[in-house]
Amino acid sequence: MQYPNIAEPAVTSGETFLLRLYVAGQTPKSIRAFANLKRICEEYLVDRYHIEMVDLLQNPQLARGDQILAVPTLVRRLPEPMKKIIGDLSNTERVLVGLDLQPSRRSNT
Amino acid sequence: MVCGGAGSGKTLLAVSFLLNGVIRFGEPGVLMTFEETAEELASDLKSLGYDLDKLAKEGKLAVDYVRVERSEIEETGEYDLEGLFVRLDDAIRSVGAKRIVLDTIESLFSGLSNAAILRSELRRLFRWLKDKGLTAVLTGERGDGGLTRQGLEEYVSDAVILLDHRVHDQVSTRRLRIVKYRGSHHGTNEYPFLIDHDGLSVLPVTSLGLCHPALKERVSTGIDRLDEMLSGQGYYRGSTILLSGTAGTGKTSLAAHFVHAACRRGERCLYFLFEESPQQLLRNMQSIGIDLQPWVDRGLLEFHADRPSRFGLETHLAGMQRAIRRFEPSVAVVDPVTNLLAVGSKSDVRSMLTRVIDYLKQESITGLFTSLTPGSTELQETEAGISSLMDTWIVLTISEENRHRRRWLSVLKSRGMAHSNTVREYALTDKGLQVLDGEPARPARAAGV
Repeated sequence: MQYPNIAEPAVTSGETFLLRLYVAGQTPKSIRAFANLKRICEEYLVDRYHIEMVDLLQNPQLARGDQILAVPTLVRRLPEPMKKIIGDLSNTERVLVGLDLQPSRRSNT
Repeated sequence: MVCGGAGSGKTLLAVSFLLNGVIRFGEPGVLMTFEETAEELASDLKSLGYDLDKLAKEGKLAVDYVRVERSEIEETGEYDLEGLFVRLDDAIRSVGAKRIVLDTIESLFSGLSNAAILRSELRRLFRWLKDKGLTAVLTGERGDGGLTRQGLEEYVSDAVILLDHRVHDQVSTRRLRIVKYRGSHHGTNEYPFLIDHDGLSVLPVTSLGLCHPALKERVSTGIDRLDEMLSGQGYYRGSTILLSGTAGTGKTSLAAHFVHAACRRGERCLYFLFEESPQQLLRNMQSIGIDLQPWVDRGLLEFHADRPSRFGLETHLAGMQRAIRRFEPSVAVVDPVTNLLAVGSKSDVRSMLTRVIDYLKQESITGLFTSLTPGSTELQETEAGISSLMDTWIVLTISEENRHRRRWLSVLKSRGMAHSNTVREYALTDKGLQVLDGEPARPARAAGV
């Protein structure tokens, strides 16, 4: 096990995470979301993540493709299946659950 | 806001508003659907004759399907619905929309868990749409406590329409009511509406008031001697005529004469049948020498045959009114009006007839109603409900003498003309209904049967 704090990774270690963060302009929420995401990736996905920022104000037509309603929305494009996490990503544990980096403790108990 | 239960026609009403805006008023629109995909909706609407794809290609309509699936979404921390705003804004700009439909925006509540955020964002959304000058129609599922499940009507300040689909005695009727319409005088009644291959149509229930024109022009009854009895010239155009009689007296034949004569003058006739099929009627009339088929072929005569029990009264009314509006006839026949009693109480039928008659009069259409008098009941009593609505009342009776049936015709009333007071004998021959010569019959005997 490469990362000791991951109890049972649902995703095989080594796969690269292709993440896309949808925001709408540089709002405090979007800045916070990006900072949170960066921190989590640096901690759990060192060297195997790629973050793509999409500002919907610049590219509104992209909102349809990934069915974006709320912002910020984090979309895990790879590995499959696609996952979505909405909000400013301030709850690390839930982000990990959302990314399948950590099995949901609540569901295990 | 359009609210109603499942299958009440919310989406259709909303989409009709949008598509008619595009097609008839040159106002482009945006359709944001949360329940059906764009493809599903397009195929649904195709059956009503709307081609969404074509309108979209022409740049007059933008359709966006929004999918919210709670199981696929993890929520963490604060968010807003700016993504939805961006999508809407993009769609609105792409076509220059003036109208927008959100069907059903409540779906957001099942997809996202933070109701507080949703509520404040929806409030912001409605404000935003208003500031943009768009007319927005939102649909909402009927809720237990309020009009909608999420109480959205509280945010929608301008107008609320409630749709209802009720079944009474196994007959279903769709009804529409305007619950609220700010800054406008609106009808508060429930109005019946129809959904058929032409989409949705709503018909005002209220009587139009007594202000219809009274024409002086006269039209022949199709029978010379009956014309004579009606001061020599027949019915008034635009008046209403009741033909009542027991079974087998020839009510339909009398109506057919009138229709025949009208078609011969080149007028259009609409014939509502509540008992026979058009083929049956055509055959029967042919047997007494009235051939209506040519008029059907030439498009002057149109039949609408329906079992009364197929719909509720309101739906019949709506359907009739609609057929009349489309066909624009000079003459409308309802045969027999009494069969409608099977689907409604006397007072309901009366109020429905009042509306039909008001409509006919307003359009200066001559209306002919046949009424079957059951053998046992008093004539006057049976027709009490409807005769007062009629301008002319012709009564057909049968008497039996020496094992021979004799038929009698009389004009019980005819407003605005000096009509005959005699009871005349008539016969149904292979040349139609013939009013016979001869001595005036014994009125007491004939009228009382």
